[in-house]
Amino acid sequence: MKYALLLYDTPGNSTEFGTPEMNTEMQQWFAFTNELEAAGKHLGGDALNPVETATTVRVRDGKTVTADGPFAETKETLGGFYLIEADNLDDAIEWASKIPSAPYGSVEIRPIMELPSQ
Amino acid sequence: MRARPSPVDHAFRTEWAPLVATLLRETGSLQLAEDAVSEAFAEASIRWRADGSPQRPGAWLLTTARRKAIDQIRRQRRFKERLPRLAADVADPTERPLDSLGDDQLGLIAGCAHPSLDSEAQVALTLRYVCGLTTDQIAHSFMVPSETMKKRLSRAKSKIAAAGVPFDVPDRERLPERLTAVCGVIYAVFNEGYASSVGPELVRGSLCDEAIWLSEFLCNLAPDDGEVHGLAGLILLTDSRRWARTDDHGLPILLEDQDRSAWDAGKIERGLAHLGRSAALTGIGPYRLMGSIAGIHARSPSVEETPWARIAGLYGALITLHDSPVLRLNQAAALAWSEGPATGLALMDELVEQLDGYSYLHSSRAALLVKLDRNEDAVAAYNRALALTANKAEHRWMTLRRDMIADVG
Repeated sequence: MKYALLLYDTPGNSTEFGTPEMNTEMQQWFAFTNELEAAGKHLGGDALNPVETATTVRVRDGKTVTADGPFAETKETLGGFYLIEADNLDDAIEWASKIPSAPYGSVEIRPIMELPSQ
Repeated sequence: MRARPSPVDHAFRTEWAPLVATLLRETGSLQLAEDAVSEAFAEASIRWRADGSPQRPGAWLLTTARRKAIDQIRRQRRFKERLPRLAADVADPTERPLDSLGDDQLGLIAGCAHPSLDSEAQVALTLRYVCGLTTDQIAHSFMVPSETMKKRLSRAKSKIAAAGVPFDVPDRERLPERLTAVCGVIYAVFNEGYASSVGPELVRGSLCDEAIWLSEFLCNLAPDDGEVHGLAGLILLTDSRRWARTDDHGLPILLEDQDRSAWDAGKIERGLAHLGRSAALTGIGPYRLMGSIAGIHARSPSVEETPWARIAGLYGALITLHDSPVLRLNQAAALAWSEGPATGLALMDELVEQLDGYSYLHSSRAALLVKLDRNEDAVAAYNRALALTANKAEHRWMTLRRDMIADVG
């Protein structure tokens, strides 16, 4: 099964770029991604620019409504994602728990919708 | 509920869970397994009455359920890939047996209690797929509309299918924590039955019976887990007091006022046996500790002859594992017996802020205040407890207590 692991954290709570802590954390990110790749379960993923750069699009009554940022005032924001192949939810949970931001943020696991093939 | 069981009723109790678990493994679909097994039982109730029951009811039901599953799969081309495996099982004369080692059933009960599902869904799934209760029966037990329960189950089933919630035996290293989750579900079923928080009755027996059955069912599947036996002991020993716990009008009777000869000796014996088994296994967890407390009550001839200091010590051990104000309240109640009501009350007073919304804190304080001849304060505490309880029987009982002391005062 395919899963998206959506990485949420609180802006300002994550490690700052250019600090020694960030260097250590970057090593952890590379190690995690490498492990996922070596297991043949890495399908894709990227880090995202901060939520200030986000635009939310909704179509209402046929009109495209564009707004700055996410609508909901949530404390945690989406910071990146992985797309993985996992045997089942337990397998996906196991991978999610290895993500370096899991100790301070959260990882939302969303199964990828499988559309019936024609 | 199941007086004078017919052969189909009997088979239902013993074969439902293994059949659902086996069909789930073979088809990979909870819905398909559920439908096929339900149809097999429906056919059994007609055919067995007419032709007499078969020699091996389990095998008859399994073959029939597999045929039903194949019929369904043929109707839904999407599931084509599942067909060869099932068809081979039906055609094979040696016929694969029902889940004899219990692996499929352990996978079934662990899947129903999977931590990715919300706790209400876990309980509903367990009662549906492991106990075989119908949606209406579950709805009735929890006093919610059938439609609500139907939606709850179908939402859970959709998540299971879409998110790939596994119904396999958990890995060795994850097994203890998954068994703890299953224990939590069974204990929630029991508590809902034993201390129903809403409605007119204090005890809803059928849920207690299901919880007892589930706990012993789990003991068979995981015989080497101390907490699983601890839970079975806890439930049986607590439930042994079921009939002594309410009077003819359904009003609660406190432990200290219960007729101990009315406690169920058979359940006490079974419960103590599970506790003994639990004590022989490694690991101390909350169920074993709570079971030990229930075991002490079961063996004590009266409330005065109960070793309350030991009970307070066991609550102390529970608090070490997981501190909570409710545990501290229980410990304070035990210490009120061993050290005197003034000590108990002082400890409860410390909890007033944290547990202000908890009716039992106020009714426990009230009982101690009466013992200390502080009737006016006791009336106030009962009033606070009354404002917080939704259970009608408890409400009436507390009103009686309050009015009794108000008259004296």
